[in-house]
Amino acid sequence: MFSNCSDPDLLDGLAWVACYLTNGKHLVAYTSFGTVLLLLAITAPISLAFGFGGAIAARSRIAPLRWFGQAYTAIVRGVPDILFFLFFVIALDQAFEWMRHQAFCPNWVEPIRQGNDFVVCTAAKLPLSTSPQWVHEVYGFLLAVLTFAIVFGAFAANVLFGAMRAVPVAQIETAQAYGMTERQSFWRILVPQMWVFALPGLSNLWLILVKATPLLFLLGVEDIVYWARELGGTKGQIFAYPHPDWRLWYFLGLLVFYLALTQVSEVVLRRLSIRLSRGQATFAGEAQRKAAA
Amino acid sequence: MKTLVFAAASAVLLAGAAMAQDVVRLGTEGAYPPWNFINDAGAVDGFERELGDELCKRAELNCEWVTNDWDSIIPNLVSGNYDVILAGMSITDERDQVIDFTQAYTPPDPSTFAAMSSDVDLTSGVIAAQTGTIQAGYVAETGATLVEFATPDETIAAVVNGEADAVLADDSFIKTALAANGDLQIVGDPVALGGGVAMGVRESDGDLRDKFDAAISAMKTDGSLNAMIVKWEVSSKW
Repeated sequence: MFSNCSDPDLLDGLAWVACYLTNGKHLVAYTSFGTVLLLLAITAPISLAFGFGGAIAARSRIAPLRWFGQAYTAIVRGVPDILFFLFFVIALDQAFEWMRHQAFCPNWVEPIRQGNDFVVCTAAKLPLSTSPQWVHEVYGFLLAVLTFAIVFGAFAANVLFGAMRAVPVAQIETAQAYGMTERQSFWRILVPQMWVFALPGLSNLWLILVKATPLLFLLGVEDIVYWARELGGTKGQIFAYPHPDWRLWYFLGLLVFYLALTQVSEVVLRRLSIRLSRGQATFAGEAQRKAAA
Repeated sequence: MKTLVFAAASAVLLAGAAMAQDVVRLGTEGAYPPWNFINDAGAVDGFERELGDELCKRAELNCEWVTNDWDSIIPNLVSGNYDVILAGMSITDERDQVIDFTQAYTPPDPSTFAAMSSDVDLTSGVIAAQTGTIQAGYVAETGATLVEFATPDETIAAVVNGEADAVLADDSFIKTALAANGDLQIVGDPVALGGGVAMGVRESDGDLRDKFDAAISAMKTDGSLNAMIVKWEVSSKW
């Protein structure tokens, strides 16, 4: 990055450190912080949507829909994360390619499964082998988002299912007495009131999601923990910036990052909790009313 | 008109297919110097980078490098996420049942033990090796206690930290690690493991294997492969 970095052997002290921390590898590593934050920003709302759908399905009066909602939460919550991430993603990728194969290569005669191999026609490859590397990386990232959303959606579904049941039944009965249809009482009475009950569970999920992001590397996305290990590992003379095992320092950096992220989350969640309690028939809501009066 | 459109469409499709076949994705681990590693610019580098690029040039293939975790490097090959494994992988019977190998591009690199002191007991001590390697398989069969790590670097760190008594890995990797860790030393005798290092391809990909086989033969004949082996100090010459 700096002009005097061309020959690292001649550098010492601060100049060496400055050049070291701005070499190409470190610059790539810094962008992985963005990858992780982007993943969190995209995954959280999608998981919430999956969870909302799952909760609605699980309390549906239509039996197959209810079974689907219950099976989704039960199965996904019961399977260990790491198994899910190792097995499910490859299966998901193969399912997409299989569908594209059926659509694009109807005249293909060879079997798709040849022993251990999964062979689809070149036009069905996802992404195409010809596409540049960044397309492959974006595809991997999207698979990661989808997998995280499915896993955390199942947990969120259970939290929201419980929260919907926690809304006092008198509220729903009053809504019905006012002549609201079931749909109206659900959207106008139940949903606005359930969030305050869901928030503790959802905030737990959010913090678990933050900590689960290193699973990204299982999906081929190079995240901050991968880079900390890669950059911190012992570097011999084959590298331009040789150094002993510095993983401790890199992991300390990660510790600071994760603690800061947790702290910001705590502040935001606390404010959200105050906002959601306003006007609610809960202890917190009652306390706010008395303080204002 | 209909036939014309159809012909045009199939021509486009065929052209697309022909082009698609020309891009060969090479999968490597990127954590095993001097075989393959991520250099300071963040790109794949090392013996296998240079070798792979040269082989692709000779076979007139358009190649692209991808890195993948060692643990899942074979599942991702057979599921088609890349087409070739070029990651210091030795030919073994177990692997050969799942994937196909080209001819070896380096002779078997002897495996060497490294430890912090010369008096460790290699037959009953705690030996570190990378998961899913020929060295891990070998240690498991001796009387020693095997501790496995996901990355090669962690196996060295385990010995330096005292977690393991010694580490077993390819001689070239151990020598590279020794240069970076002054306290480490080679102990015991080297053991000969594996049937040489080769490129892994899908069993259904015979054409690709033949192309690379021919290119490797050519490089063996004209001596350029030996020159590359000497340059990167990865193993003995052919």
